[in-house]
Amino acid sequence: MSVASTKPVPSPAPRQAGAGDERLATVSIVVRLLQRPELGALIGAVAVYLLFATVDVTPGHKFTSIAGMQNSTDAASTYGIMAVAVALLMIGGEFDLSAGVMTGTSGLLLGMMITKYQLNVWAGILVVLVFAGLIGAINGFLVVRTKLPSFIITLATFFVLRGVNVGVTLFLTNNVRFDISDQAPGFAGAHAIFGSTFLAPYNFQDALLWWIAITVIATWVLTQTTFGNWIYAVGGDANAARAVGVPVARTKIILFMTTAMSAALVGIMVALRYKGIQAGQGVGQEFFYIIAAVVGGCLLTGGYGSAIGASIGALIIGFAQIGIIFANWDSNWYYTFLGVILFLAVGVNTLVRRRAASARR
Amino acid sequence: MTDSANGVPLLEVRHVSKYFGSVIALKDISMQVRAGEVTCVLGDNGAGKSSLIKILSGVHPHDEGEFLIEGKPVNFGGPREARAAGISVVFQDLATVPLMSIWRNFFLGSEPTIGFGPASMLDTRFAKRVMREEMHKMGIDVRDPNQTVGTLSGGERQAVAIARAVYFGAKVLILDEPTSALGVRQSGIVLKYVIQARERGLGVIFITHNPHHAYPVGDRFVLLNRGRLMGSYAKNETSLAALTQMMAGGEELERLSRELEKMATDPETAQLAHEMADEVKRPEHPDR
Repeated sequence: MSVASTKPVPSPAPRQAGAGDERLATVSIVVRLLQRPELGALIGAVAVYLLFATVDVTPGHKFTSIAGMQNSTDAASTYGIMAVAVALLMIGGEFDLSAGVMTGTSGLLLGMMITKYQLNVWAGILVVLVFAGLIGAINGFLVVRTKLPSFIITLATFFVLRGVNVGVTLFLTNNVRFDISDQAPGFAGAHAIFGSTFLAPYNFQDALLWWIAITVIATWVLTQTTFGNWIYAVGGDANAARAVGVPVARTKIILFMTTAMSAALVGIMVALRYKGIQAGQGVGQEFFYIIAAVVGGCLLTGGYGSAIGASIGALIIGFAQIGIIFANWDSNWYYTFLGVILFLAVGVNTLVRRRAASARR
Repeated sequence: MTDSANGVPLLEVRHVSKYFGSVIALKDISMQVRAGEVTCVLGDNGAGKSSLIKILSGVHPHDEGEFLIEGKPVNFGGPREARAAGISVVFQDLATVPLMSIWRNFFLGSEPTIGFGPASMLDTRFAKRVMREEMHKMGIDVRDPNQTVGTLSGGERQAVAIARAVYFGAKVLILDEPTSALGVRQSGIVLKYVIQARERGLGVIFITHNPHHAYPVGDRFVLLNRGRLMGSYAKNETSLAALTQMMAGGEELERLSRELEKMATDPETAQLAHEMADEVKRPEHPDR
C-alpha cells in the first residue's frame, strides 16, 4: 500500500469515472428497495395476512385479534428459528434435509437423558446441544470432504436419524413417545425459559422470543461480521473465496453445526413444552424451513439472501396454517397453499432481482 | 520500488526448472521483473505459463535454478509466504464473488474489524471509504459501494481485484490471462489498468497468449514454448509483428488488422490501436 499513495490519477481516468457516474445516477430508491432480498417476502406476508383477514369466518374476526396473532406466531416461531439457520446455510451454498428430523432426535435424546438416565434437565440440554453440534459437524465434514452435494449427504443423515428415532424409542420405552416428568430436577427452570409463555392473558410462547432473538443475532452476524462476509463468499463462489484466504471448509462446517444446534433448540422447546415428544417429531418439516428461506429471498444456488427474509417467510407459513383453520377451510389445502406461495415467491423474487440488476447496467 | 531504481529487479528467476516426475514442465527459464515495468509472459497453451505462475506465487517450489526477490534468494513454502513477500496473483476466473458488493469483495479474507472478541464487527465505514479511494486511484469512481460486483463489466471486475492486490501490499502483480475471456473493448480497459498499475510503481507480470494485448503495454517480453524459453526481449528489441510471428508464424497479421479496426471505433482504445498500427506499419527485423 506504500506504493499506492503518490502518483496522480492518469489522464484517461476521469472520462471513465464520468461514464460510471451517469449510470449510477439512475439508481432510484425504488430500485434500491427492490434489491433487498426480503422485500418480496414482506409484500407476500402483507398479502397473505390481508387474505386471511378477509376470509376469516370466526366470530369477532379472531385472525386479526391479538389471540389470533398469538396463534400465528406460535405456529411460525419454531419454523422461524429453523428457517433462519437454514437460510444462513443456504446463503453459504448448502442444504440440510436432516434439519427437520434433527428436532425430533434432539427432543427424544433429551427425554431419554431425563427419564432413562435421571439426568438434571439442564445437563440433558447440554448433552443434546453437544450431540447436535457433533451431528452437524459430521454433515459438514462429509460435505466438504466428499464434495458430494449436501442434498445427498443430509438426505442420508435424514433417513439414518429417522430410523434411529423410532427404533431407539421403541426399544427403550416399548412406545413411540418419550414422556418427561415435570418433577425431573431442573425442569421448572428449563421449562420457564424454553417451554413457557409470556404476556399473561394472551400467553405468547417463549419460542417467539427465541425466534426474534435468533433473527436479530443472525442478521447481525450476516451483515456486520467477518464471518457473515465469509458466509456470502463461500456460497457465492467458493473458489474465489478460497483464493483470497477464506477458510471455506470451516465456514461450511460451522453453518451445518449451527443448523443442527438450532434444531436441537427447537427439539428441546417442543419436549419441555409438551412434557414429552413423539418419535416421529419433525419429519417432513425440513421442507417448511426451506420454503420459508426461499420465500424470504434466499437463492437456492447460494450467496444471496437474508435472515429477516427467512423469518418473514416463516411468518407467512404461520399465517397460512392458522388462517386456513379460522377460514374453516379443509386444512389439507394448507399444503397446496404453501406450494402456490412458494411458486409465486420464487417467481417474484427472480423477476424483481433480474429487473433490479438490469437497472444497474 | 526504490530498489529497482538502482538496478536490482523486484523479482528475478535464473535458470529455473521444474519437473513433475519425468515430465519437464519448465526448463532453464530466466526472467526479470522491475518496478514500474510490465513483463509479458507469452506462450501458447501448454507452454508452461501456469507452471511459471505457480512457482512465482509459491504454489510449487522450483527444482533447479535461483528465485530472487529484490536480489535475495527465496524458497517459498506456500502461497501465503509469497503473498507476504508482496507477490499477488489475480486470476481471471476466480477474482471476485459476483453476488457480493464491491466493498465486501475488496476486503474479503482480510476484513477490517472494530471491537474485540465476539463483539468484533466489520468496520463497514472504513472498508467503504478505502475501497472508494483505491478504486479512484484506478480511475473508477464508485458512487454506490453496495453495488454488487456482478453488475460491473468484466474489465471493472479485474480492476477490483487489481486494486485489492495493490492495497494489500502487492509489489509484484501477476495477472493470469486477464483479457482471455473479454471482448475487445473490455480487454482495452483491462490493459489501461495494467498501465495504471505500472505507473504506480508495481512490477507487473502479464501472462497471456495474445501478443496484440501484450505488446502495447509490455516493457519486456518473455516467450515460452513447450516449457522452454523461446526468447526474451526488451520492447525496443522487438515488435508486435515479430512477436506475433514467433507466436503464430505470421499468418495472423491479417486478423490483427481486423482487430485493430474494431478497437479503433472505441475512443478509449484508439490510443492503443494507434500505437499498434504504428508498429505493424514499421518494417521489422525479428531477432530470429
